[in-house]
Amino acid sequence: MIVKEFRQLRRDRRTLAMMIVMPVILLIVFGYAASFDVTSIPTVAAGPQAGQAAHLVGKPFHLVGTQPSEGRAWAAQQLRDGHAAVAVVTGNGRPQVLIDGSQLFTAKTAIAALSAAAAKGANPPTGNTGLPSAGTAGQPPADAATGRAAFGAAPAVTVLYNPGLGTSDIMIPGLAGVVLVFVGTIITSLGVVRERQSGTLEQLAVMPLKPRDVFLGKIVPYFAVAAVDLAIVVGVGVSLFGVPFRGSLAVLALGALLFLFVTLGIGVLISSVSENQGQAIQLSFMVTLPQVLLSGLIFPLSSIAAGVRWISYILPLTYFNEISRGVMLRAEPIGPLWQPFVFLALLGAVVFTLASLRFRAYLAPAAPRRSGGAGSTGTARQPRSTRAAASAGSAGSAP
Amino acid sequence: MTAPGPANGWWGADDLSVRFGGNIALDHVSFRAEPGRVSAVVGGDGAGRTTLLRCLAGALAPASGLIRRPGALVTGYLSAGSGTYPDLSVSENLAFRATAYQIPPATAAERGEELLARAGLDRARDRLAGQLSGGMRQKLGVIAAMLHRPDLLVLDEPTTGVDPVSRSDLWWLIARAAAGGAAVVLATSYLDEAERAHTVLVLDAGAELAKGTPEEIVAAMPGTLTVADTRPAGEAGRRAWRREGRWRVWDPADARGNPSADASGNGPADAPGNGQAVRPDLQDAVTVAALARELARAGAAEESR
Repeated sequence: MIVKEFRQLRRDRRTLAMMIVMPVILLIVFGYAASFDVTSIPTVAAGPQAGQAAHLVGKPFHLVGTQPSEGRAWAAQQLRDGHAAVAVVTGNGRPQVLIDGSQLFTAKTAIAALSAAAAKGANPPTGNTGLPSAGTAGQPPADAATGRAAFGAAPAVTVLYNPGLGTSDIMIPGLAGVVLVFVGTIITSLGVVRERQSGTLEQLAVMPLKPRDVFLGKIVPYFAVAAVDLAIVVGVGVSLFGVPFRGSLAVLALGALLFLFVTLGIGVLISSVSENQGQAIQLSFMVTLPQVLLSGLIFPLSSIAAGVRWISYILPLTYFNEISRGVMLRAEPIGPLWQPFVFLALLGAVVFTLASLRFRAYLAPAAPRRSGGAGSTGTARQPRSTRAAASAGSAGSAP
Repeated sequence: MTAPGPANGWWGADDLSVRFGGNIALDHVSFRAEPGRVSAVVGGDGAGRTTLLRCLAGALAPASGLIRRPGALVTGYLSAGSGTYPDLSVSENLAFRATAYQIPPATAAERGEELLARAGLDRARDRLAGQLSGGMRQKLGVIAAMLHRPDLLVLDEPTTGVDPVSRSDLWWLIARAAAGGAAVVLATSYLDEAERAHTVLVLDAGAELAKGTPEEIVAAMPGTLTVADTRPAGEAGRRAWRREGRWRVWDPADARGNPSADASGNGPADAPGNGQAVRPDLQDAVTVAALARELARAGAAEESR
């Protein structure tokens, strides 16, 4: 029995690769990715003393923009549009620090840094910091103390978009994407492979159906189910967990539509290279797990090592996360979200085209033969399982 | 069943070759299926039956040769296995086929009910196909393949592994399709079934071994066939095979002639004695053809050594 299992395992090279190579890859990738430590916080400064702030805010704050002529509204907009996680607003009186609460770990690190800096000056920051005291999110660098010195008074801290720094507020918009990945990729890949295993895909190949019809017929139900799932997740999140939905439903729906095209396309692609449901699940797992761990859903993107972070930027969930959190928590309109929308559209176009071509190749790989006589030579179609073996030849014309 | 047959009188393949990598699955095979007739493709394992049927149905591209088949809308195909969805009910499977083949729902329901009733599946119409017995599933597969009344009905081993009653039902369905004007092509391992077909193509290792009507194939058998109680010794033993508890011995050189068949084609009423000539049937003729080819190959191999 043991020998038999080893022999079978040896011939199932994909499973073997999963068992041996994947753990090593996962260890390396996630070893670098699994970090909650935020070492750099993109910060903007506004108001008359913005230029001064540029010189005086220290680590972990990293100044990415100043606008002396603008005020709080501009600063809040920078946070809303994802250009910065922290905004310092200077002017008459105490400076204000706005923190984007939708970037949970970044916000906590910023608050901790500010609290620690203020504590050194015995003048803690005030406002809805969400944290009772400094240091709860790690030890801030000493440079942060210079911030207070620069402004002469402890800043008033306001956490926007997720004032309570609630985990569910940021997780549920992301989980909506995970649900779409699950349905779009895993379930779809199984649905198509099941067709192959039951022998009905060959029946479909000879039926008077166009490959496009079969392709759409396979994915539309999953598309509908995924859409319902999305509605349920968002509905439950809002009604049960009190997650805010501040933005436009239409923008989120458009983002979900593009995202679903990508995930469904990946599902069909996986099914087209899988011989059975086991292989489809393995491949789906390999595609889904990195999306969950590297998309910013759990670990902040800025905390992922640069050598691994590039993977995050080819994962569709990364962009859907940006859209769902931006729309639900920050009421971000579609304009500032153009980048994730464009990336999703590009990914969708590439993946969906590849999936369509693979599917078409399976159902109708051979070019139509010349027709002849009363009958037609028809369209010679050949399933993938034997396609590689049969060489293309010439079909003679009918007498 | 008013679909006109092909203007030239046949569907099928001409000089068809299919290769799987370096292996030749079909080697210049020609085959004709005529409307209103049942044509059987027989052969041993790996003979190329399924490959030929897949080419005819449009599921496989040949390396060379001509395939003559009607459009997909008027071609019916039962692949190896029932080709039905196990997680759909009998009715749902038929409804899907009806939609795919653009049959109006009322017409599809009427045809489906009639065929299901005749095949004994009318009480199972709400059962999942995956819960049906093998024979019932095969019957459902054949019904689904012929529901749209195709001009060409291609059935890959519809009766394999099916009990005699279901086999009889399946043959009723097959005959019904042919009577309606379809050219029916079926692959089978059973030579007694092949004898019921109008024409038979015997394949061996991808090449034609014999073809024609069953009577023509039997008549074309060379030499003489005798029966023996024990396997003959020596060279004759290489030309002997067991059948029904006795040995059939083929003598290619003996031109004594076989006993004539009676009018029913059942051969002599009494069992022949030891060494007595026996009238061959299709099974004998096919076995002899395969044996002759094997002996010829062996002879050629010996000569080359």
